[in-house]
Amino acid sequence: MLRAKAVSFAYDEGTVLDGVSVEASEGGLVGVLGPNGSGKTTLLKLLAGLLTPARGEVTLDGRRLDTFARGALARRLAVVPQETELVFDYTVLDVTLMGRYPHLRPFELEGPNDLDIARRALDATGTAHLEARPFRALSGGERQRVAIASALAQFDTGISNLGRVLLLDEPTASLDLAAQLETMALIARLSEEQRTTVVLCTHDLNLAARLCDQLVLLRKGTVAAAGRTDQVLTRDTIAAVYNVDADVHRHEATDQLTVLPLRRKESP
Amino acid sequence: MGLLPVVAGVTAGARRRRVWAVQIGFLLLAVLAVLCAPLVGPTAISLRQVFDPTIAFADNVDAQIFFIARLPRTLAGALVGGALAAAGVVLQALLRNPLATPFTLGVSAGASLGAMLVITFGLPLTLAGIPAVPLASFVGALAAVGVVYGLATMRRQGLSTNVLLLAGVTLNSLFSAIILFVQYLADFTQSFQAIRWVMGNLDVSSYQPLLWALPMLLVAAGAFAGLPRALNLLTLGTDSAAARGIDVLRTQRLAFVSASLATGAAVALGGPIGFIGIIVPHLVRLLIGADHRFVLPASACLGATFLVVCDTAARTLLSPMELPVGVITAMLGGPFFLWLLVTRGGGPR
Repeated sequence: MLRAKAVSFAYDEGTVLDGVSVEASEGGLVGVLGPNGSGKTTLLKLLAGLLTPARGEVTLDGRRLDTFARGALARRLAVVPQETELVFDYTVLDVTLMGRYPHLRPFELEGPNDLDIARRALDATGTAHLEARPFRALSGGERQRVAIASALAQFDTGISNLGRVLLLDEPTASLDLAAQLETMALIARLSEEQRTTVVLCTHDLNLAARLCDQLVLLRKGTVAAAGRTDQVLTRDTIAAVYNVDADVHRHEATDQLTVLPLRRKESP
Repeated sequence: MGLLPVVAGVTAGARRRRVWAVQIGFLLLAVLAVLCAPLVGPTAISLRQVFDPTIAFADNVDAQIFFIARLPRTLAGALVGGALAAAGVVLQALLRNPLATPFTLGVSAGASLGAMLVITFGLPLTLAGIPAVPLASFVGALAAVGVVYGLATMRRQGLSTNVLLLAGVTLNSLFSAIILFVQYLADFTQSFQAIRWVMGNLDVSSYQPLLWALPMLLVAAGAFAGLPRALNLLTLGTDSAAARGIDVLRTQRLAFVSASLATGAAVALGGPIGFIGIIVPHLVRLLIGADHRFVLPASACLGATFLVVCDTAARTLLSPMELPVGVITAMLGGPFFLWLLVTRGGGPR
């Protein structure tokens, strides 16, 4: 279980997070929502161990992240950035194999086992046929899936799938509709079939409603609402956090929670 | 397609064999260049006679020309070329900018200023037995790098590659201005000497300068050896690198300091010879792909080969007149750089 307990963080410019708690149980799919500047990305970086909280602590299975060796943490917890831009022409397989680096000794090259794992990760993300292509020649959706494959290749194999954590920053932000659906389906599959713990942050309330079973709604660095998706995504919380009147209803055909923003609320 | 054609479904063993074959190929090329270059010159000599064990060295004129007159210069070319190409690879990865060169961060301007000051103000020719011009250029290079590094780390924790780049470019032009001022104060002989230095010249006629540069280059090479995997990850971005277990700040520092050291030593030995640090890494990437574990050693070998060949051309093309080698590399490098700029730009196509 990945847990942030009352974490606070400040950049030079001021406090970004103040006493925020999040819990992602094994196989859970947690969404972090909030307006621009509410601290979503900072929270994700704290959960990934990329930043260290000023107060509070982040633990993986009860153990503080900063007590893990860098490589050991990377074998259990992987991060997919919002966008992956490369300046050189790595192939898709090169990029995926970079996920195996935390497993290699100094100067060791990837062996048959690593290649096998990387190819299975590509397979799982539906990108196996792109293996030899230059990463930069891919479309946005393909890049996102290869980035996820590279993250999946990081995980230890052999042990149980439990205890793997995947963190995604705006996984669908720059994708077209088809690529959004592909990526969402992939994330859902990872969570359901492989029991990977997933935490993602997003602006897309409908994506969150569709994918996540737990939500954390941030406002100005504090938790405005947290809990089951249908408890968090209500007219009142959306009005309070986003300052927007929205219609929240269940879609008739799919029985899925749907958020339709109506108008910006008049400021009092 | 390059020397390492990318085929889907290739096995790990096949990948490794191909990588080793290509690395050994680049190494052999460099060795071949170093062995052949000293054979070329105003006096023809034969490689067979040079290594003929039946003739004593004192009587073997060919061996004397090979080992005493020409080999030091060839080796200097190999060391300088290899160091500049490797430093180019490391800095391009560190700055995530394919157009970066070893001189982007102000190293060459700092070195030139150091050399210029010694030449113009007629400081003693040696300090503690070390010739003053190379020493001053090395000190100038490191001073420039120190200022750039200080600026890049001043504002916040960590190393800002943006500030690094901007500070380097700014320092380059500031130093150029000071160089112009110093030149204005110089007389004709000094000016001529200074300009010759800035063009880059491998006029090395003994092993002593190599021995001074070697410790620095070895330290840099040692640091380079540990870098390639981290450089691959750094090109994904600092967060992605950190999430894969890389100590980003340590890697950036190590890359920056070792690349600067290699560049400083290379410039002290051969002057600011341009374009090697950008042509060679790009050629290697075109040939074998982007993986720094293979690009770095291959670039060092090809850089050595390239500069040795260029220098051989420089000293023989208009013989007995000798061209500064920097002129040759710049004439080849300028058009190549433009081609790169037009076809590849700074980012993804």
